[in-house]
Amino acid sequence: MKSSDTLPGRAAPEGPAGARSLEAAAGPLVEASGEPETVRAAPTRRRPTLGLGLGLGTATIYLSLIVLIPLAAVVWRSTEDGLGGFWGYVTTPESLSALKLTIGASVVVALVNLVMGTLIAWVLVRDSFPGKSVVEMLIDLPFALPTIVAGLVLLALYGPGSPLGIDLAYARSGVVVALLFVTLPFVIRTVQPVLLEMDHEMEEAAASLGAGNATIFRRIILPNLLPAMFAGTALAFARSMSEFGATVLISGNLPFKTQVAAVNIFGQIESDNVVGAAAVSTVLLLVALIVLVSLDGLQRWGSRRG
Amino acid sequence: MAKYALRATALIYLLFLLVLPIGLICWKTFSGGVGPVVESLSSPSALHAFKVTVVVALFAVVANTIFGVGAAVLLVRHEFRGKRLLNALIDLPIAVSPVVVGLALILVYGRFAPLGGWLADRGIDIIFSLPGMVLATVFVSLPLVVRAVAPVLQEIGIEQEQAAWTLGARPWQAFLRITLPGIRWALGYGMVLALARSLGEYGAIAVVSGRLVDQTQTVTLLVEERFQNFDQQTAYAAAFAMAVIAVLTLLLISLLRPKEDAK
Repeated sequence: MKSSDTLPGRAAPEGPAGARSLEAAAGPLVEASGEPETVRAAPTRRRPTLGLGLGLGTATIYLSLIVLIPLAAVVWRSTEDGLGGFWGYVTTPESLSALKLTIGASVVVALVNLVMGTLIAWVLVRDSFPGKSVVEMLIDLPFALPTIVAGLVLLALYGPGSPLGIDLAYARSGVVVALLFVTLPFVIRTVQPVLLEMDHEMEEAAASLGAGNATIFRRIILPNLLPAMFAGTALAFARSMSEFGATVLISGNLPFKTQVAAVNIFGQIESDNVVGAAAVSTVLLLVALIVLVSLDGLQRWGSRRG
Repeated sequence: MAKYALRATALIYLLFLLVLPIGLICWKTFSGGVGPVVESLSSPSALHAFKVTVVVALFAVVANTIFGVGAAVLLVRHEFRGKRLLNALIDLPIAVSPVVVGLALILVYGRFAPLGGWLADRGIDIIFSLPGMVLATVFVSLPLVVRAVAPVLQEIGIEQEQAAWTLGARPWQAFLRITLPGIRWALGYGMVLALARSLGEYGAIAVVSGRLVDQTQTVTLLVEERFQNFDQQTAYAAAFAMAVIAVLTLLLISLLRPKEDAK
């Protein structure tokens, strides 16, 4: 089996912003380093060393100027007053409560996505009903929609003057709804391709041996889906932790109540407290790093199973 | 029975999270007819915001396309020390919060940072002007082209290029006439992804642009600013315009998606 068979999201339609690239994030680590087909330039040509050097140099400078040096500057500035200073900035009451809210909301969002995302993926793969192709396309909309528009859209339905009579503005539940909106596609788009490629034979064999639907799901389907489910959930968690645009409008940014970490950082930048902003940013960067590393691990787990 | 319960749960969830909110925004946008929408979108501020958005997005897409193709060629066609590191670093931007992206750029290119100060002395302002916004947009959309192109480059292999070389083609000729046509769909796909991401960026832009109305205001910033200033008509109209762009993007993507995925 090709390694790409177990890569989440390869075969599914994907949205622009996150899923594809993020899953690809975990994918090519394995793919590009391990593929035997990696082809060298023809040995008869002279160009390789010079061309490769130039190319590598340019890519490194580009990445350094835009990504690496700026991110390093964030970490550097966050420890300007020493580690104690860093800790002090992270644990100011306002930052701490923003971080706690962000982590709490992201855990809730990740869990809801784990269940609902898997369920929706299941319905999209195993069920058929009129209008399924429209639903299929709608799933990607949260990725294509600018986050601020997502926030505005949710505020129209779940804000003051809501036609449903549900007002979640300035409430923590509003933050969770906004995060659920922007993270919707992650689990669906990672689980769907795995579900599509799963053999029915094992399920049929289990059924012929007398297993009920619940047993088949628990013993046959679930173990095969787990790596993809966790990968999607990790992506959704990472996205929730870092989300800014979608929560700005609906949360009202009340410190100690609905202010998430990204908004907290934004506020600190606006009030020129750069070191504090850098400290909270460093915490978010650490979380992102942990997620990327665990995704790499999940990828390996997934391909071993595949 | 269980089948219908699952189907109903999935559809109701999507109805309340996606369909109703987006439907409502369309309805609210056009509740006063088409006239006010056209009017608010053709105000000088709105037109300026659209112009800024398009300019920034185009620069960012061009930069990331050149880098993306180059990096994909490096990663797929060459072996070198630190390849895995480069591979991992390219994906890093996706996991970074947009606000952190903005802060990171300010810390290096801001007026009070060494590099930014040096540039400012030479009359080059990065932060609170277009170059900074382009940098931020490049940052957030960096991996999209690479990740779209690399798998296809891997798949088409090197035989045709080698054939071209043996027939005397120079490397750039082989690239333009063999490699580029081979990856054109994937490249188009990656560019559309990057363009959509660039047009819709909000958080990083909000930090580095300084949010100067009629100067560095993009459409996403306009949506927020108009909404906060109780000009809902313009906010909804601009949001609707962005939603239309999003739907068009999805349609384009489904056309361009690499064909081997169809099987």
